[in-house]
Amino acid sequence: MIWRLALGSLAARALTVGMTILAIALSVALFLGVEKIRTGAKASFADTISGTDLIIGARSGSVQLLLYSVFRIGNATNNMSWQSYQDIAARQEVDWIVPISLGDSHRQFRVMGTTPAFFDRYKFRSGQSLRFQDGGTLDDLFDAVIGADVAKTLGYQIDDPIVVAHGLASFTKHDDQPFRVAGILKKTGTPVDRTVIVSLRAIEAIHVDWQRGAKIQGQSTPADVIRDMPLEPQAVTAALVGVKSRLQVFGLQRTINEYPQEPLLAILPGVALQELWQIVGIAETALIGVSAMVVITALMGMMATIFSSLNERRREMAILRAMGARPRVILGLLVLEAAVMAAVGAILGLALLYLGLLIGQPIVDRAFGLWLPIEAPTLREGWTLLAVVAAGVIVSMIPALRAYRMSVADGMIVRI
Amino acid sequence: MNDQDTILSLSDVRYSWPGRASFGLHVPQLTLTPGETVLLLGESGSGKSTLLSLIYGTIVAQSGAVTVAGTDIAAVSPSQRDRHRAEKIGLIFQQFNLLPFASVRDNITLPLQFAPDRRRRVPAPGAEARRLCNALGLPPQVLDTRAGALSVGQQQRVAAARALIGTPPIIIADEPTSSLDAATQTAFLDVLFQQSQAHNTTVLMVSHDARLSPQFDRVLHMADVAQSVRGAP
Ligand SMILES: Nc1ncnc2c1ncn2[C@@H]1O[C@H](COP(=O)(O)OP(=O)(O)O)[C@@H](O)[C@H]1O
Ligand SMILES: [Mg+2]
Repeated sequence: MIWRLALGSLAARALTVGMTILAIALSVALFLGVEKIRTGAKASFADTISGTDLIIGARSGSVQLLLYSVFRIGNATNNMSWQSYQDIAARQEVDWIVPISLGDSHRQFRVMGTTPAFFDRYKFRSGQSLRFQDGGTLDDLFDAVIGADVAKTLGYQIDDPIVVAHGLASFTKHDDQPFRVAGILKKTGTPVDRTVIVSLRAIEAIHVDWQRGAKIQGQSTPADVIRDMPLEPQAVTAALVGVKSRLQVFGLQRTINEYPQEPLLAILPGVALQELWQIVGIAETALIGVSAMVVITALMGMMATIFSSLNERRREMAILRAMGARPRVILGLLVLEAAVMAAVGAILGLALLYLGLLIGQPIVDRAFGLWLPIEAPTLREGWTLLAVVAAGVIVSMIPALRAYRMSVADGMIVRI
Repeated sequence: MNDQDTILSLSDVRYSWPGRASFGLHVPQLTLTPGETVLLLGESGSGKSTLLSLIYGTIVAQSGAVTVAGTDIAAVSPSQRDRHRAEKIGLIFQQFNLLPFASVRDNITLPLQFAPDRRRRVPAPGAEARRLCNALGLPPQVLDTRAGALSVGQQQRVAAARALIGTPPIIIADEPTSSLDAATQTAFLDVLFQQSQAHNTTVLMVSHDARLSPQFDRVLHMADVAQSVRGAP
């Protein structure tokens, strides 16, 4: 019956109670949404590379190397020489090595020079391989394989021509060497989706008539002449390495880091990711803090609502007292009502989150390449909801205690 | 007069509301016997409601003894006092007696919630609520209606049903008929007395309306019962 009374009293104040619940629901949805995006981003970052034991590049910061080699964020300040690359490739610990050469772009997408081995060795989302949705791998010198987003955004199909520009966001185009779309990759949810992949030799080919980033005036070498050139690269941006035995990873890393001919850096992707999390962690904490504050604000709003309802509900409480309800019952009733509001708000917030995910999932995926999975609530989310209800109960104790004191002090005489 | 014949007694009770120059009350002696119906007449502001509050124990006398159904209510803990009130006293106020959002049935059975002994005397609260409604001239379909949706007269009868359920030994009514017209007043008191007489219930009712006097066993005047005091005691 106490339950029925509490619910009845809430229903009688449907508008204010509804607004309070809505505020809690929105704040909870925001909090859970931020959590979802945070964990989603983390997972998608962690899913971007797997199966690679070491990433090698010119000496810089390990996070920087990870970011530009795998995530195509930022640029390499230095390259590693082809000589060093070959030295390392020849070491007996090395099972496989794939070079990566960055620096050119096509429209807003980056161009990456590599070897066909990339398609076998690059793994994402715990060991998945790249797959073609159309066409095939790099055969000819001027073949290009494009990621799913590149194909979708630019509307490319197999055999369409591509012109590669030198340097990011540069307008001098390598228009004398048109590439051809040889293959389109399936969507991976990684930066590969937004990459144009060509062979390492092709990167050299487009720079035949170039020097120090500028086109040599009046010089234009025909494509068939270029095909016959050796096109040996001078340098690469980075290399992905797999070792024969995992026990050799650290030994090889040390050897490379102490490589005498050139300052190089070898990183373990997982370790570099951890470092990245530490940097991002501060911003993450701030984000969680802000969205938690929003939840607290909504609960404070509920507290204010309860406070302001105390006066108009004086009679209700007086009747209960007159009927023999102890002040404790009044307190319990108010707290119960707050718990109900917080619980309904929390559950509604969860529902809003799923609604938001349903609507937002394709948008976020398109805009940020971030796939937010729609799955059953996690334990963590369950605890979050419980914490909201608990916080609601605690916050409501303040007005409830006031009502308690009021009902003890003046007996809450029913007055006309 | 021995305890058996006394259901309610106040002796040398003093109370004054907190605050400077506030209203105070002194009751030398007031005794009610089981089953009698007493009308307490007094001007508004003469302290009738204050006196009733002392009896049902939401306020406690600063001195003197208030004994209700054998218990000195000043001597027990506040929560025992609440329980005692729920067990022994059925209450009817002038108006706005009910929780407007709750059903009539829930309103009638509400005191049983806080009075286990009284609850035990009512094996089927729903059926008893229906019986009381019927006896007080309320149609059975009101049981599931929101109390706030009833007319004032109907609400007062629901309040009477609530006071009667579980047969408490005392019913205290604070101007229950002042919001009703004359014809309804008489009918209301008739059914109230009918129901209370069956269980030898004492009825103490306060009013400022002397026309109700003939219907009661005994009529008291506030001026004879209590002296009001202005200012700090
Ligand atoms: N809760 C209260 N707090 C302070 N003073 C009160 C309270 N209730 C009543 N009083 C005072 O007691 C006096 C008598 O009021 P009341 O007992 O309600 O008289 P009646 O019921 O005869 O009209 C009033 O003048 C009022 O000032
Ligand atoms: Mg009064």
